[in-house]
Amino acid sequence: MSEQNTTPAAAPAKPKRPKSKSQLMAGALLDKAYNDAIEAKARGEKIGWATSLFPQEIAETLGLNIVYPENHGAAVAAKKLAEPFLHYAEAHGCNNDLCSYAKIDLAYADLLECSPASNMAVPDFLLVANNGCNEITKWFELLSRKYKIPIFMIDMTYNHLPQVTESRVKYIRAQIEKLIEDLSAFTGKKWDPDRFAEVMRISTANRNLWEQIADYLALEPSPLSGFDLFNYMGPMVFTRGREETGDVMRQLIAEIEEHIKNGTSTYPGEQHFRVFWEGIACWPYLSHNLKTLKKYGINVCATAYARAWSLDYTPGDIESLARAYSFTSSNNILMDESIRRRKEWNEKFHIDGTIYHVNRACKVMVCQQQELMRRVSEACGNLPFMAFDGDQADYRNFSEAQFETRIEAFAELMRKHKEELRNG
Amino acid sequence: MASLQENLQRLQEIAANPKAQLDRYLKSGRQVVGCFPIYTPEVLADAADLVPMGMWGAQTEFSLAKKYLVPFACPIMQSCMELALGGKYAGVKAVMIPPMCDTLRCITQDFKFGVKDIVSIPFTLPQNRRITAAIQYLTEEYGHVKERLEEIYEVEIREEAIAKSIECYNQHSRAMRRFSELANRHLDIITPTVRHGVFKSAWFMTKAEHLAYLRQIIGQLESLPDYEFTGKRVILTGITGEPDSFLKILEDHNMAVVGDDLAQEMRQYRTEIPEGDNGIVRLAKQWMERIDPMAHEDELRRVELLHGLCRENAADAVIVCLMKFCDPEEYEYVAYSQELKDAGITVLSVDIDQQPNSYDQARTRIETLAEML
Repeated sequence: MSEQNTTPAAAPAKPKRPKSKSQLMAGALLDKAYNDAIEAKARGEKIGWATSLFPQEIAETLGLNIVYPENHGAAVAAKKLAEPFLHYAEAHGCNNDLCSYAKIDLAYADLLECSPASNMAVPDFLLVANNGCNEITKWFELLSRKYKIPIFMIDMTYNHLPQVTESRVKYIRAQIEKLIEDLSAFTGKKWDPDRFAEVMRISTANRNLWEQIADYLALEPSPLSGFDLFNYMGPMVFTRGREETGDVMRQLIAEIEEHIKNGTSTYPGEQHFRVFWEGIACWPYLSHNLKTLKKYGINVCATAYARAWSLDYTPGDIESLARAYSFTSSNNILMDESIRRRKEWNEKFHIDGTIYHVNRACKVMVCQQQELMRRVSEACGNLPFMAFDGDQADYRNFSEAQFETRIEAFAELMRKHKEELRNG
Repeated sequence: MASLQENLQRLQEIAANPKAQLDRYLKSGRQVVGCFPIYTPEVLADAADLVPMGMWGAQTEFSLAKKYLVPFACPIMQSCMELALGGKYAGVKAVMIPPMCDTLRCITQDFKFGVKDIVSIPFTLPQNRRITAAIQYLTEEYGHVKERLEEIYEVEIREEAIAKSIECYNQHSRAMRRFSELANRHLDIITPTVRHGVFKSAWFMTKAEHLAYLRQIIGQLESLPDYEFTGKRVILTGITGEPDSFLKILEDHNMAVVGDDLAQEMRQYRTEIPEGDNGIVRLAKQWMERIDPMAHEDELRRVELLHGLCRENAADAVIVCLMKFCDPEEYEYVAYSQELKDAGITVLSVDIDQQPNSYDQARTRIETLAEML
């Protein structure tokens, strides 16, 4: 593999601003999580790969080392290392149509090397929750067959009703209890209910800090650039159940407070428009997207994506955990609830418009997106919106020119809308 | 009694024109429930004397559907939305939708918001089928479907009627399997298009009516001497093996379909509804036992299944009917195609779409396959 030198021509590297202490801490925490798994594997311990919205509380309680292929795929794409993986996967039977995270991961599973991005140790077991999508189950089935290792699955049952029904809660709870028993037996680790309650408490504390950080974006002007949140998603996915994650969040809060005190912001420039970003980041073009938005003074002040890891449950209560994991992702709920949440966020964060990422990799996000665009706009007083074609990790499915043209028109649309509101 | 050819011809006509069948039912005063792919509790509708009709779209251009779906969405879902938005399902009061894949999750919502005159009844099938709590969960989910049907159609679905419908559905499944076996002894009559017409027509008739046709056809085939087919024998796998223009390419190359693992065809009939006291629980248990790639499986039983189909039917190749943009099937293909090839089975993949096209590429590939075999 010679991916180290591979940079998509369409997305040239740019000089970067210095990282803040909290960003360095978040990066170090993530590096440590990857390395811990590699070291655990070398010691002969069993390590796992998990889907990003699997209840991490279980593995954390058992003291297991877990890595997350979706997060890994995003990092590979953000570092512009995806090209050889995508080509390899497509040359080895993967349809071009499949999720780009999956293609990167399935290629990685064969190649097991992606320097200079972090490497993942070969898994001994897989943890799957289908609350993000159905597709991930099939992806992990392929991993299971390749490595001949077991899948421990929690079926989170798509919610077509406005709440997680009691029958779903009972079914999910039964699965969690069975999984704890099976995973403990497989890994030889002992289950400790007190430790489980403690991990749930730590996770909840970290969730509250994460919410507090996201809430700072409601200030006008915002003391931080909304894209910054994407930099801290790694710890929220990987180490949500660990105290160290709280240290990162508290450091970030201190930095934000400092910005508020000084009247500054991590957003580079004047903020004219506050937008809601719908969907996963377009990782290979994050800096391009930010630069384009900055040109028009647009700050991303809210996203549904980052908040999916903001799991609200009662520590010690397994049924509330089941409910939270089943209902957290927009991909696992009915549209009425998606609209309700967006209306609430749009009001809370004083949103001027919505940017919809029509993500080629993610059918569950885009196959109801068009109706969502219309309904959310209507529910929020004809709030302006725009859509662009992109992909969370495949750089081939994005056009810088299209994005730039649409953002220019969108800024004008928001300007007019704001003017109309001012004039009553 | 109609002749074998007349019976087969009638089923071909019904398969080719479900709209006419829908209109016929509505005109006769019957009420119709739409059934999205792949599995819905049709029995509940049948037990209420409603007609469950399959929704498999059609070969059509997409225009209205573009308001809801991206161009890379499943073509079956696009054409179902197109037909629904264009009023082609007028008269159908409700549709049952199982969110078995990511696109179907979205369809439960697109249909609800987009198609105002038809009520959508979504229900979620459990994927972790090794745990008994899944049966209780699905029983309650089906109970919700039953309540919705009763409310919308103003009917009562009684336990005795469910048991009677289950008996009919199981008899029908057995008859379909018997037909499939017999078809292989009469490949001069049961060509790929005729076989497909028999299977597809089952989606647009009550099972009792279809069963009556099947019984006659089975009897008529049994009375004929076996035909010695000298062409090539193939197994189809995927979601659907249509349209007829694709199947005619097989016929043009003297190929016969001698078995299938298609969602629209034999996957429906492999697993009977088990015995038991409670009808809804029995339906839930049937889902637990189904072998279907849309469901999570710890073991890839599809390799074994396709291997078995090839062996039992002396097939020369497996043709993968890969529905465009169908991610569950695309993932499975990565796993089973290589394993089948390693086992010495010839595998050919052909893209299946629901937009009118000439299938020129498929023709070239099938020609090559025919030469290779």
